[in-house]
Amino acid sequence: MLRLPKFEVRTPESLDAALALLAEFGPDARVIAGGTDLVPNMKHELVTPRIVVSLARIPELRGVGDAGAGWLRLGAMTSLADVAADARVRAQAPALAQAAGLVAGPQLRTMGTLGGNVLLDTRCQWYNQTYFWREALGFCLKKDGTLCHVVEGGSKCVAAASNDTAPALMTLRAELVFVGPQGRRVTPIDDLWLADGAANKKCASDELLVEVRLPPTGPGHRGAYGKLRERASIDFPLLGVATRIELDARGTITDADVVLTALQARPVRVKRAAELLLGVRAEGDAFLAAARAVADQAHRQAHPMPNIPGDAEWRRAMVPVYVRRTLEAAARGAGPVHAV
Amino acid sequence: MAARDQHGIGAPWGDAAAGDPANRAFQVVGKPHRKIDGLAKATGRAQYADDLVLPGMLHAKTLRSPHAHAMIVAIDASKAKALPGVHAVITGADLPIKYGVIPWTQDEHALALDKVRFIGDEVAAVAAIDEDTANAALKLIRVEYEPLHAFLDPRESLARPEPKIHEESKTGNVSKHVDLAFGDVDAALASAEVVVEGDYVFHGTTHAAIEPHCAVAQFSAEGRLTVWSSTQITHYVHRALAKVLELPIQKIRVVQPALGGAFGGKSDPFSLEFCVAKLAMFTGRPVKMLYTREEVFYCHRGRHPMKLRYRTAASKDGKIDAVDAKILIDGGSYSSFGLVTTYYSGQLLTGPYHFPTYRFDSTRVFTNKPPCGPKRGHGSVQPRFAFEVQLDELAEKLALDPIELRRRNFQGDFTRTVNGQRITSNGFLACLDEVERASGWRARRAKLGRGRGLGVAGSMYISGTNYPVYPNKMPQAGIQLAVERSGRVTVFTGSNDIGQGSNSMVAYVVAEELGMDVADIRVVAADTDLVPVDLGAYSSRVTFMVGNATIDAARKLRTQIAGAVAKEWQIDAARVRMGNGKVFDLDSTERCITTAEAFQIAEARCDTLGATGSYNTPTLGGDYRGGTIGASPAYSFTAHVVEASVDVETGRITCHKVWIAHDCGRALNPMLVAGQMEGSAYMGIAEALLEDHGVNRFGLHAGPSLLDYRIPTSVDTPELRR
Repeated sequence: MLRLPKFEVRTPESLDAALALLAEFGPDARVIAGGTDLVPNMKHELVTPRIVVSLARIPELRGVGDAGAGWLRLGAMTSLADVAADARVRAQAPALAQAAGLVAGPQLRTMGTLGGNVLLDTRCQWYNQTYFWREALGFCLKKDGTLCHVVEGGSKCVAAASNDTAPALMTLRAELVFVGPQGRRVTPIDDLWLADGAANKKCASDELLVEVRLPPTGPGHRGAYGKLRERASIDFPLLGVATRIELDARGTITDADVVLTALQARPVRVKRAAELLLGVRAEGDAFLAAARAVADQAHRQAHPMPNIPGDAEWRRAMVPVYVRRTLEAAARGAGPVHAV
Repeated sequence: MAARDQHGIGAPWGDAAAGDPANRAFQVVGKPHRKIDGLAKATGRAQYADDLVLPGMLHAKTLRSPHAHAMIVAIDASKAKALPGVHAVITGADLPIKYGVIPWTQDEHALALDKVRFIGDEVAAVAAIDEDTANAALKLIRVEYEPLHAFLDPRESLARPEPKIHEESKTGNVSKHVDLAFGDVDAALASAEVVVEGDYVFHGTTHAAIEPHCAVAQFSAEGRLTVWSSTQITHYVHRALAKVLELPIQKIRVVQPALGGAFGGKSDPFSLEFCVAKLAMFTGRPVKMLYTREEVFYCHRGRHPMKLRYRTAASKDGKIDAVDAKILIDGGSYSSFGLVTTYYSGQLLTGPYHFPTYRFDSTRVFTNKPPCGPKRGHGSVQPRFAFEVQLDELAEKLALDPIELRRRNFQGDFTRTVNGQRITSNGFLACLDEVERASGWRARRAKLGRGRGLGVAGSMYISGTNYPVYPNKMPQAGIQLAVERSGRVTVFTGSNDIGQGSNSMVAYVVAEELGMDVADIRVVAADTDLVPVDLGAYSSRVTFMVGNATIDAARKLRTQIAGAVAKEWQIDAARVRMGNGKVFDLDSTERCITTAEAFQIAEARCDTLGATGSYNTPTLGGDYRGGTIGASPAYSFTAHVVEASVDVETGRITCHKVWIAHDCGRALNPMLVAGQMEGSAYMGIAEALLEDHGVNRFGLHAGPSLLDYRIPTSVDTPELRR
C-alpha cells in the first residue's frame, strides 16, 4: 500500500477556530472535507501538508436550507450523496442533483462533499501519479518540474477541471460564499476560474468555502447533466456537459446555457447557446435543429488535449453528441445522459 | 506408485455389485458444499501473507529503475545505509545468480546486476524498522545510469537486433520462435473453395488480483530459511530460492498462506521473495515486503499483446481445410513462461474444431516493458479471439449460421488432433446447443435492431499438461493422508489454493471416498516442510491432477480400512461399505459402526493409519520438438453467447448478457464451477471492453492504479447466465 506522508490533524469546532488555524500555518496547512481528493493526492505526494484541518466538527457547514427569496443554501460540507438525493435540489436544480449523483461511486459520494468537488484539484494523466512515476519523467509543470508532457514546450499547465458539479452550478448561476480573514465574500461561480491548470481557482489558502447558494428557478426551468466516462460506476469525467433551458408557459425557450468540463483547465461556457435556442419550442424538429447548432458551436469551441486519459480526438468528437443529448434530456425533463 | 492416468485401485461402484458407475449416487461430489475456508475469508479471519507479524520484524522496500533500458554505471547506497533505522541495503551484487521459471530461459536477477530493462525493474532493496524509514532510505540511494535505446514496439524488436535487451541472447531481441506445420497447408489453401484472412491485435492485460504480492522471511539460528509468500507455485519458489541463495533446498521452507487471487500473476518466482530472504539472512531478523498496487502493475506477468494474422481455408459447406497463423508476441523485458506462451499460441487452437491441416509461426520478442507471463487461459486467449472472428467471417461469406458453422467443424470425441493431442470426452456440441437454446438464438439473432446483436464463440483448454517445467519422472501431484482414531483425516497436499477452492476439493474427494463428513477432514497445504510436492496452481491442472492423486491415496486407505473391518466381521471385504460417516455390511446393513470405530479397528489390526497417493500423466502429445507442450490428459470445452449493443454515435459497446456453457467433466462442487465460469466470463468481457495494460511514449506504465487500469465493478458487469 502507498504510505500516507506524516501529518497532524486538527479538528476545530467552529469556523473561527478553523480560520485561525489556516492563518497560523499558512501554506503548511490543508483543509480536509471528505478527503476523497486530498488523501490520494497526499499519497502521491502532490500535496504534503504538515497540518490537516478537518471541517468535520463544524455542523453549520453541513446541510441544505432556505436562504430566503427562493434561494437555496447548500453547506460546503454537505455530502454529494445528500445533494443528489435532496428533494429541493432535485426540483430547483436538477442538473446539479444529476451531476452530484454521478461523481465517482456511492462510497465516495457519501464521503465527498459539494465544497470539495467545487474546489477539486485539476487532473492530468502526467500529474495524478505516484512520486516514483512522476520522478521517472523528471516531473511536470504542475508539480516539482518545468516540463509539460501534454504540450511539448508548453509553459502553461493544461491539467483539466474535472469537477462534475462545477458546470452545473455555472448554468444555475450559483454563488459561492467564502469566509476569510477579511470576512465574508460572495462571488458568482463564473468568477472563480482561472485558465491555468496549475491553480485554476481564485481562492486564497487562508479562506474557506462555506456555502453554495442557488438562485430561485421557476416552473419552466429545465436542466440536465451529461457525463462521458469509461465505467458507469466510478470514473472521473472524460467530458461533462451541463445544460439549462428556461421555458415560458407555452413551452418556448426564453433562456438557455450550456457549460462543458474536463476539456481544459477551467469549465467552458458554450457561446451563443441562448441565442441559438431562443424562441424555439423545446420539442420537435425545430428544437433538434437548434440543439444541433449549439452542439456544432460547442464542437468548434472544444479542443480537448491529451491531459486526462482517453483519446483526445474521440473526446472532441463526443462533445457535440453529448451537448445535443443533454439538451434533449433537459427539454424532456429527463437526464442524466450517461452511457452504460 | 500410482498408475499413469488411471487409479491403481478401482472405485467401489466399479464392481458388479454397484452397477454402472454413471448411476453411482455420490454423497459429497456434485453437491454445492461451502468452501472449507469460506467462513474464515468471509469473516476476515483468514491469514494472508501481510497478516503475518513476527517479533523484531523489519519492513523492506524496493528501489526501481526510472529508465526503460539502461546500463547501471554505479550505485551508492552509503547514505541510505547510514539512515537511522535502516538495517540493510542490498543490490544486484548480493544476489548475482540468475533464475527464471523455465530452466532453459533463466534471464532474471532478483535485483538488476548490470542493466535495467523496463521502468520498474528492481535495482536495490532496503530493510528498515518500518515502511516509512525504508521508503526514506530508497530516496537516498544514488544510481548512475547510462540510458540505452528503449524498444517499445515489438516490430522494432523483431527488425532490430541491437542493442540487445539480453546480451547473452543468440537471436537478437527474439525471445522464442516456433514454426510448426501439420499437413500441406499451402496446397489446401491453393485448392480451397473459400479463404478468409485477417489481421488482429490483442492488447496487453494484467491479472489485477485483489491481494498485492507479499513475502515474509525468517532465518533461524540453525541456518534454516522460511519464506511465507503469496505464490501460486510453492515448489518452484522453493527451487529458485535454493539456487539463488545457494542454500541446501532441504534447509528452506516455503509456505503459502491464504491467498487473495492470482490468475497466473503469482506463478513466477518474484524479486521480493529473494530480497526478503537475503535481507533476513543479513540482518538475522524477520523481514516483510508488501508490494504497492503500482509495483504489482510493474511486476505484471500478464497477458501478452499479440499481433496475429490468420488465413482459414474451407469448403463451400463450411468445413475447414486449413488454418495458417503468423503471430508476433510482445514479451516485455524477461522470458518468464514465454517459451510456453509461444508454443501455446499455436498448440492450443486445434480444438474443438477439426483442422485437417494447420501451420503456425509464432515469434516472441523482448521489449522494454513490464514482463508478460501467464494469465488465465495462458497463451490461448489471443489466438482464440482472432480465430473465432475468422469463423464468423467464414460464416458471413458462406451465409451460414455461425453456430451451425461451428457444429459442422466439431472435431468429435475420443480423437486425435492434427498436432497430435489426445482428445477424450468432448461436450462441445452440448455446450453449443445449450447457449443456442438459452439465448433464444434462432428466434432472436439478427432481429434485435440495428446496433444490437448476438455473438457466439467456442473454446477448449487444458487440464494441466504432461510436461513439468523441469524434466523429471516423479509424480506431478502427491498426497498424504493421516488418520486419527477420533475419526478425523488430515490431507497433506502441495497444491496451492489461490481462491479456486483446491483445499476444499481435496477434502470433498477424501470425504466421498471414505464416506465421511467434510467437516471431519483437515487440509494442510502448500508448506514444503509438511507436504509432498505438487507442481502448483497453474495450467488449470489442480483439480484434475491433485484430485486424482487424492482419489489414489483415499482408495488405498479405504481398502486397508475395509479389509480390517472385513476381517473383524469375518466377511468378504467387498461387503464392507463406507458412507455417511458409517461403515456397514452391505448384505446385513444392521451391522453398522461409525467411521471412527472402523479407524480404530483398522489401527488395531494394521498399524498407525495413513496412505500416500500420486498422479502422473500418461505419455501424450505429438512426436516432434514441442509436441508435448499443450498435451493434456483431459480438455475442457466451452461455448458462450453474448448479447451486445453499440452506440453508433459514440462507438461505445455495452455487453448486456452472457450465456455460458462449459464441459468441465464432472463438477465436484457445482457452486465452485459456477464461480469459475462467471469469473472467466467477467474477465473476458473486461479484457475485451475495458482493460489495457499499456505504456506511454516513455515506456512508463500508462496508469498503474486501479483507477486508471479499468476493471469492471459489479455495476459494469453484464448479467451472466450459466
